[in-house]
Amino acid sequence: MFPFTYTRATSVHEAIEAGERGGRYIAGGTTLVDLMRETVERPSALVDIVGLPLSDVSATPRGGLRIGALARMADVAADPVVRQTYPAVAQALELSASAQLRNMATIGGNVMQRPRCAYFRDVSAPCNRREPGSGCSALEGYNRTHAILGTSEHCVATHPSDLAVVLTAFEATVHLVGPEGRRATPIGHFLLPPGDTPDQEQDLRPGELIVALEIPPLPRPLRSGYLKVRDRESYEFALTSVAVALHIRGGVIHTAKVAAGGVGTIPWKLPAVEQHLVGRRPSPDLWGQAAERAADGARPLVHNGFKTELLRRTVERQLRIVGGRS
Amino acid sequence: MTPQPAPQPARQPQATVGTPRSRVDGRLKVTGQARFAADHGPADGIDGIVHAVLVDATIGRGRITGIDTRAALAAPDVLTVIHHGNAPRLPYRDNSFPDSIHPPGERLRAFQDDHVRFFGQPVAVVVATTLEAARHAARLVEATYDAEPPQLDLVTAPAHEPDVYTRGDAAAALASAPVQLEMTYRMGRNHHNAMEPHAIVARWDGDRLTVWEKTQWVADPRNELAAVFGIAQAAVRCYSRFVGGAFGNSGRTWVHSVAAALAARELRRPVKLVLSRRQLYFGIGFRPAYEYGVRLGSERDGRLTAVVHDVRGETSRYERHSDDLALGRMLYDTPHFRQDVRLVPLDVNTPTWMRGPGWSTTATALETSLDELAHELGIDPIELRIRNEPADDPATGQPFSTRRLHECYTTGMREFGWHRRSSRPRAVREGDWLIGMGMAAGAYPAESAPAQAHARLGADGTVVVRSASSDMGPGTTTSMAQVAADALGLPMWSVQFQLGDSTMPPAPVHALAWTMASVGSAVQATCDRLRRKAVALAVGDDRSPLHGVPADEVVVRRGWLHARADPRRGETYQQLLARNGRTHLEAVGGYEPPEEIRYSMYAYSAIFAEVAVDARLGIVRVRRMLGVFDAGRIVNPKLADSQAHGGMIGGLGQALLEHTVTDPRDGRILNANLADYLVPTNADAADIRAIYIEGVDNEAAPIGVKGLGEVVQVGVAPAIANAVFNATGRRVRDLPITPEALLMPR
Ligand SMILES: Cc1cc2nc3c(=O)[nH]c(=O)nc-3n(C[C@H](O)[C@H](O)[C@H](O)COP(=O)(O)OP(=O)(O)OC[C@H]3O[C@@H](n4cnc5c(N)ncnc54)[C@H](O)[C@@H]3O)c2cc1C
Repeated sequence: MFPFTYTRATSVHEAIEAGERGGRYIAGGTTLVDLMRETVERPSALVDIVGLPLSDVSATPRGGLRIGALARMADVAADPVVRQTYPAVAQALELSASAQLRNMATIGGNVMQRPRCAYFRDVSAPCNRREPGSGCSALEGYNRTHAILGTSEHCVATHPSDLAVVLTAFEATVHLVGPEGRRATPIGHFLLPPGDTPDQEQDLRPGELIVALEIPPLPRPLRSGYLKVRDRESYEFALTSVAVALHIRGGVIHTAKVAAGGVGTIPWKLPAVEQHLVGRRPSPDLWGQAAERAADGARPLVHNGFKTELLRRTVERQLRIVGGRS
Repeated sequence: MTPQPAPQPARQPQATVGTPRSRVDGRLKVTGQARFAADHGPADGIDGIVHAVLVDATIGRGRITGIDTRAALAAPDVLTVIHHGNAPRLPYRDNSFPDSIHPPGERLRAFQDDHVRFFGQPVAVVVATTLEAARHAARLVEATYDAEPPQLDLVTAPAHEPDVYTRGDAAAALASAPVQLEMTYRMGRNHHNAMEPHAIVARWDGDRLTVWEKTQWVADPRNELAAVFGIAQAAVRCYSRFVGGAFGNSGRTWVHSVAAALAARELRRPVKLVLSRRQLYFGIGFRPAYEYGVRLGSERDGRLTAVVHDVRGETSRYERHSDDLALGRMLYDTPHFRQDVRLVPLDVNTPTWMRGPGWSTTATALETSLDELAHELGIDPIELRIRNEPADDPATGQPFSTRRLHECYTTGMREFGWHRRSSRPRAVREGDWLIGMGMAAGAYPAESAPAQAHARLGADGTVVVRSASSDMGPGTTTSMAQVAADALGLPMWSVQFQLGDSTMPPAPVHALAWTMASVGSAVQATCDRLRRKAVALAVGDDRSPLHGVPADEVVVRRGWLHARADPRRGETYQQLLARNGRTHLEAVGGYEPPEEIRYSMYAYSAIFAEVAVDARLGIVRVRRMLGVFDAGRIVNPKLADSQAHGGMIGGLGQALLEHTVTDPRDGRILNANLADYLVPTNADAADIRAIYIEGVDNEAAPIGVKGLGEVVQVGVAPAIANAVFNATGRRVRDLPITPEALLMPR
């Protein structure tokens, strides 16, 4: 670990001031401290934000859901409002990490978490995300767990968060406050694919702080769920995962929200799948046809070719699980 | 076939052996009071400890061209950086078997030259007054290299000359066999991943060295460090009271221990060195990867006529680690057998033993191939095994001491519900899940080695028994106390077993499942001797109620020495000692394995597994497992269960999850942490049960045990692989079995 200073922010204002001066926010620390130990992260000043009053979870007036950035993963997963209105959120959280980590980790930190790519996390390996221009070791290296969508020649690491897949499916908004005031941006714009600038992971300006994530109201009745496929039963990142929400009325799908995890450099929205579903009647065939479109544009690497087919099947399965009871 | 039982030396009643007992040190462990290697410090009189951290090579092979230590030395609290450029040349005397368990070759030396032999090899050690400072400074050491491409391909790299075992004429028998099968199995590299990292505290007092070390054999650090530093073995003392899991990774002394002792000598201060989790993937050994070719020839009724094994296993370039791959020679009645084992030297660190070493590797190949044959012939896999059950050991011709494998099968079939298995693969479906059952057999040698013990009965009637064994987790401290308690006729709480100090009476390496047979037998012999001493004192003492009773007629129960015929006629150990003015009685004793071994002695396993495979997503979940074991006497069923469950969970990992991934470009280990190297979680290990077939084996050891710790993992991985085949109809010959191997076409 490189030496650093540590201060505790007592107000959002104070935090942002410190952030603007180059301070790095630390919430649960479950991503940041690990990476500091590996010297992947070398912040010179930490600003602890866990004491800030940003952990409320509440229904919004029109039936959406607002989750404070500092709410703990475990608390959000257990929240009755969350479980009732957006069970997919609770499912994604409960399938994440371990109970101990979920007790520490926050929602803001979860969306901000950094890649799990072995080369990124090993400072002796070239990595464009860590050191732009040094090269991507995963491209020609071992890439079983890497992305097949949204990749570039500079980086192929997946975005590891489960929750962010649900937030992406539901087109959540990221609420930010920074030196220039408040702003809100769709999560689909907030998380950035690597492109030519793999070191820029978010649309986050200096000193900006996530204050909340907001899921917009979705038409009811709504069925939603999250499915995670992995080698072991617990405590592993996704090989593939899918978040699905369907609004079915009069036997017809009126709204479909679908996104996939474990396959994209950012949580991967699947508009082609959504479009195929809308206006149609649920049926096993429909799930299969829609899922056929899930891996459109996939560019598999040497070791992750199986993800293309696995993704389609994961989508098909989860469409059936969520929409099948019609 | 049952041999004559050997006469039991003790006619003491068995009160604690065979009963379930909790670990005597369980409370210490769960309350954090048990001190493991890295926990030693001022409480043990070690003051002024400084901290050492290794700097690891970041190339896969080549030479160090420079080491820049300026930034590291300039960092606060840093005391020194030792590397090949400034390290003293160490004597490195030869230290071969039986003083060590080094494999043949040239052991890796600490900072003696500029060679890099594998990715992660220590190239320097940084010492600082705080751990944080040492860790930070280790990152500041800048090493430059002249790198060469490493050789890391097990399949294509040149191999050493094969080690050949042959009987009969396998080639001819194979060619003329009515049924012939040929398969290749591949098994990934596994790491032990014990909870406790390797750690050492080293302190010099003049020319004497004391180490508190994580080890399965306190003699090994003593002998190795004496040899490296060119001092007498008696000048080194090693303590290792608690070990937080090892599974074979702490049998030999690794180079980091030398680095710590060297730093302590240079600085004249005690040094503590703890490997990081990442360093545990190259700083110590591992279960080597294998490519295992099998050819089988059989009659139509399934009787094996010829078996050929062509094996390639990885080792390092500087040492030849070879596992014992003999299971195929003795498990089935195969007249013609040939096995060629080729070690393939690669630019890796030297592998080592890992639970069920060799035997679990061969079981995967042998027991999957038997399942393939059973399927080919349409014979039930258990029936096929029974048809090939030998009368005597097919390798040596010796009779088996005990072999209750058939009973393991029948018990397992009944208890597991084997009749519910469909012989047709992919026949059972529950929703999205394909359900299958599989089984496999296994064996592990019932060996023993010389061991000694010392027992001391105090005036208060309590006993301390000591032997330089170790307890890496099976509960040796507990089970030895049980053996001693019965031999002395004492309740368990008044006996304490101490281990983990190289000045204690010698014991063999705590491995190979032979500690109970060896040290247990020594403890029993020693405690028998001590009891007889007490009895002799009593019957010869005219003030004793036992005066004149024939010594053979005296037994001890709960500390009461009495005439067998008249339990009221007797006295306690305390009364006996007090009256005779003795502060204590003591005895030393030991165990020597017989010179000539007339029997074939093995522990056996029959493992049953039921799996569910998601038909579309390819994920495999083990629903239940049953292990039926023939391991001779079970000293403590509770400890046995924790051994068996742990071994079976280890086998589950081998089958489905565990695989150390190396980058072929530079030997970098890509999953050197417990988030990426997957071991089973509790959620993966659902319903696990072990059954022990009753019976003792008095040939295997005076106390009748055959050893349990290794055989519990032998056969687990193939049982699961066979169940996956039964569920899916797909034969996966590479371990671990991953979803991509099972993504079946629609
Ligand atoms: C072993 C392991 C397994 C895991 N498995 C999973 C899994 O299966 N699924 C999954 O989704 N996650 C998993 N995780 C990741 C875990 O969920 C994240 O580490 C956690 O959510 C991060 O939250 P935190 O509060 O600890 O963040 P921190 O570590 O405190 O911060 C992470 C990053 O976010 C920034 N940050 C934090 N809060 C804010 C804010 N409000 N505004 C702006 N920036 C902020 C920090 O500066 C830092 O860069 C795993 C982690 C570990 C260690």
